[in-house]
Amino acid sequence: MVLCLGIICLVSSAVLAGVYALTKEPIAAAAAAKTNNAITQVVPAYDGEPEAASIEAGGQQYDYYIVKKDGEVAGYAITASATGFGGPVTVMVGVTADGTVYNTSVLSQSETPGLGAKCTEPEFADQFKNLDPASVKLAVTKDGGDIDAITASTITSRAYVGAVNNALAVYRAIVEGSTPDVSTGATVPAADGQDAEECQTQQSK
Amino acid sequence: MEYLIILVSAIFVNNILLAQFLGCCPFLGVSNKLSTAVGMSGAVCFVITLATLVTYLLQYYVLVPLHIEFMQTISFILVIAALVQMVEIILKKISPSLYQALGIFLPLITTNCAVLGIALIVVTKEFTFGGDPHMLNLVESVVYAFASSVGFGLAMVLFAGLREQIALNKVPKPFRGIPIALVTASILAMAFMGFSGLV
Amino acid sequence: MGKFRLITKGLVKENPTFVLLLGMCPTLATTTSAINGMGMGLATMFVLVLSNMAISATAPYIPDKVRIPAYIVIIAAFVTVLQFIMQAYTPAMYETLGLFIPLIVVNCIVLGRAEAFANKNSVIDSACDGLGIGLGFTMSLTILGLVREILGSGSVFGFKFIEGDGILAFVLAPGAFLALAYLIVIFRKITRMN
Repeated sequence: MVLCLGIICLVSSAVLAGVYALTKEPIAAAAAAKTNNAITQVVPAYDGEPEAASIEAGGQQYDYYIVKKDGEVAGYAITASATGFGGPVTVMVGVTADGTVYNTSVLSQSETPGLGAKCTEPEFADQFKNLDPASVKLAVTKDGGDIDAITASTITSRAYVGAVNNALAVYRAIVEGSTPDVSTGATVPAADGQDAEECQTQQSK
Repeated sequence: MEYLIILVSAIFVNNILLAQFLGCCPFLGVSNKLSTAVGMSGAVCFVITLATLVTYLLQYYVLVPLHIEFMQTISFILVIAALVQMVEIILKKISPSLYQALGIFLPLITTNCAVLGIALIVVTKEFTFGGDPHMLNLVESVVYAFASSVGFGLAMVLFAGLREQIALNKVPKPFRGIPIALVTASILAMAFMGFSGLV
Repeated sequence: MGKFRLITKGLVKENPTFVLLLGMCPTLATTTSAINGMGMGLATMFVLVLSNMAISATAPYIPDKVRIPAYIVIIAAFVTVLQFIMQAYTPAMYETLGLFIPLIVVNCIVLGRAEAFANKNSVIDSACDGLGIGLGFTMSLTILGLVREILGSGSVFGFKFIEGDGILAFVLAPGAFLALAYLIVIFRKITRMN
């Protein structure tokens, strides 16, 4: 009796291990394709492979990707999240080398379908296309900002704006402290530091 | 404070039955009478809390270190099935009166998707209870599981009370049984939507 | 019973959702749109056919006392296989259905068919039975998803036909219960199985 159950468990586990080994690569490929799609969407045209890195900002670890065009940094794809209505709203924010938001893409959200889930639709998300944080106040109109909230979903809209703000904070941390990142060993190229200074002087003007 | 948010969120705002649809089978199946609904809720509450504790430990101290996370579903359901059996045997030995009250519901609980559902939710989903998104730790998981099962009990008992009243009325023939119960559940779910935005 | 009858009985006479009222959790939770309902139905059908076949083939060797745990292990194995396949080839659908894919393990339809049909019939017949019940489940979920999508978001299979929003409540929890209630009533009226 126990033997029989044991055999069934053993056979099932063996089958699972086999299927797991077979599908491991396609699963990784699918996940990579998803990230790559998001990156291509949020940053300007680039060549080569996006470079993964991570940085600590405000006591939290953030993952981001550096993309380059002709050897120069073309932009950063930063993953940031904020608390929405049904859980975290995770957004990938593309910031170009001069500090403007190029585009955004929702990586995961569990907002109400038909209400908050509309944050993935262009009507709302396109407000963040080619957005210069220096000239636009990043907050929903209800809070005195320039972003129109989704009808009846202020909390989701706030979360989205919050995630973009977090990403911009990370961007500032990246360009200011271009120190080697101990935890991942990834080094932010020195060239960025210069870019950053230029961009900051531009912004202060 | 954080635990209070978990309690309110899991019991009212994201009620496991009326907002997440976990455990609908017993919800519709054994809610004819208030007394059985109370018994079922008690048993579910006990098993969900215990099962989540065990599967949480299983996930982080066995599956993750051994890199066999793919065995998650299969091992969780086996643990839950074994746990339910064990609870039944222990209850029979130490508290026959409690066994009398809960015993008949225990075999049904193995296939109650709320149990496996909560066990899977706490190890796969990030939560934002009054802070940054994070995976739940052991205490939070158990509190969340307990709160969810209390939410299950609350919805169950309310629903059974309503159904007892409906049984006294004349219902159009095609609506008899499950359809009128579903209409009731719909109105109850609408009432619970009033809690949304609370946390 | 002919193979054809085995396959078609799940559509109307033994429809798992509208007549047998089984597997309510995924039915209510995943039918926010027709395409999601269909995805959930097909995923369940996949597990149902394979587990029915496996259980039918192994049933003579499993002692009666441990048959339920044995069936659960077999079903759970197929569900995990399905999880891998979906993660690899339909990641978007896997993410949408989320928790309800692993929860197929505890779907009463799957265990119910194992107990009621697969363990005393041939492998081919069990496969046909799984296919029939699976088709019935897929059909019901697609219809329910379609109704909720039309009323709730004003679209059919993702194509919008009205401007703006529908009756949002139908996408949310209350609409799920209500739409299912009325569909069962209509189904009963049509088939006259009161």
